[in-house]
Amino acid sequence: MIQVDCLTKLFGTKRAVDGISFSVERGEVLGFLGPNGAGKSTTMRVITGFLPPSAGRVAIGGFDVVGNPISAKRLIGYLPENAPAYTDMTVAGFLNFAAEIRGLHGEKKKQALGRAVEMCFLESVLHQSVDTLSKGYRHRTCFAQSILHDPDVLVLDEPTDGLDPNQKHEVRGLIRRMGATKAIIFSTHILEEVDAACSRAIIIDRGKIVANGTPAELRRKSDLAGAVTLRVSGVAASVVSARLRQIPQAKRIAVLEEKNHSVAVCVYPKANAADGELPRAVGEAAQGWRIEQLQVEEGRLDDVFRSLTMPDTQK
Amino acid sequence: MNAWANIQTIARRELGAYFTSPLAYVFIVIFLLLCGFFTFLFGGFFVRDQASLAMPFFFWHPWFYLFLVPAVGMRLWAEERRVGTLELLLTMPITAWQAIVGKFLASWLFLALALALTFPLVITVNYLGHPDNGVILCSYVGSWLMAGAYLAISCMTSALTRAQVVSFIVAVVVCLGLLLTGIGPVIQSLSNWFNPAVVSAVASCSFLTHFGNFEKGVLDSRDVIFFLSVIVFSLFTTAVILRGHRRG
Repeated sequence: MIQVDCLTKLFGTKRAVDGISFSVERGEVLGFLGPNGAGKSTTMRVITGFLPPSAGRVAIGGFDVVGNPISAKRLIGYLPENAPAYTDMTVAGFLNFAAEIRGLHGEKKKQALGRAVEMCFLESVLHQSVDTLSKGYRHRTCFAQSILHDPDVLVLDEPTDGLDPNQKHEVRGLIRRMGATKAIIFSTHILEEVDAACSRAIIIDRGKIVANGTPAELRRKSDLAGAVTLRVSGVAASVVSARLRQIPQAKRIAVLEEKNHSVAVCVYPKANAADGELPRAVGEAAQGWRIEQLQVEEGRLDDVFRSLTMPDTQK
Repeated sequence: MNAWANIQTIARRELGAYFTSPLAYVFIVIFLLLCGFFTFLFGGFFVRDQASLAMPFFFWHPWFYLFLVPAVGMRLWAEERRVGTLELLLTMPITAWQAIVGKFLASWLFLALALALTFPLVITVNYLGHPDNGVILCSYVGSWLMAGAYLAISCMTSALTRAQVVSFIVAVVVCLGLLLTGIGPVIQSLSNWFNPAVVSAVASCSFLTHFGNFEKGVLDSRDVIFFLSVIVFSLFTTAVILRGHRRG
């Protein structure tokens, strides 16, 4: 439903987006991760037709966003960064305007409004002026506007920005549910959202894609993926390290903790170690020790993120 | 969705927005107060002892519009860009032209309303004497067209910047330029420097020259076309400016 081919966007000489290609089909929820200034919002602005691309092509449901903008925009619901809304209107007035612009009238409009208000829990603020809303409510108002016409494609720029944990949970649940029947792309800084809501994730850095895969695939890129954390008692750390170092599949041993006769170490696997070999080897090597904990690590997204993207200060 | 329906939706939203803030009420009250004050005091309505609204009333319109209309138009695009709703608006299934025309029509309609509310003056002059109501009607039409021209220029300056104040100042300066080119002393001094053809070309760009014809009761297509051209050109430039911001 969303097809992005070699998309490039220049602002003067600055390449905000540099040759990005990806696609999102119905039923997929794509998470867009990246440091600040990586080009996430710019990409979304091009996808929704707000900014014209400098090079490349974006197609929504087969419609070229530049060649056939109206047809493409009809299929999209968009939540821009900072969730803008007309501050001189009430929530009801604003949603009513959005509905009419989307071509909803009469009974259909009433039903669409009712549904959106219910899904976003806006009943209590319907007649409040938008500029008096709290951040969470303003976000939800703008979110409601994006789902009014039940679009096939949802483009959400930081949909949980500034929401409290309860609200975040609600929005992620909403995205996950809607993701079953729509093509959704949303950008975030919060890595736990990737697990909570995404079927796939892309990491962008300085305008280019540096990783593209399911959350599990991305986690496997981490050093920590497949590592074994072992906690034993009654043995000295040096003895533990020495014996574990002999395991052929072990790349390195890191002593995490040594106190109260309890030693915790982390055994990092070599790249060619097959699944399950290392834990078994560690279990065998630990014979005779009193094992308190033996855990296979999954890998952490923030490790992957950090290793793939340069920190802002180094740009 | 057809274009006209979209334009109407946008226009309705914009018109509603005027009346939810103090802007509309302040503008209308000030405009009416100024009209009343200038007509009866400075305009010498009673002193002239003539059943005519031209000198006392309509004469001042170009000068009132000079600072009042940019105040109305300055928020049209500057605010959308500042708050971020422009991004929302232009990602809806509408064209930028529909948005531009919708906003302009809403504001122009608002100005028509303000003009219409000066009807007590018409009633007054009809009660006191026998004015030529055709001339008065013609003057109103000309005034409304001229207000549209001021407004279109304000739309254009509003699209240039996120700061409403800058939009206001630039609009006032541009409109002042278009006014001054029609004033006697300016034309005189210009004719000292340029040949008559150039001077008359410059003078023909002035709001005052064309509005003056309406005030006399002359409904000339050239004057109508002049104001409509200014409107169309300014709105077209607005579209170009908006597109330019996004092209990067």
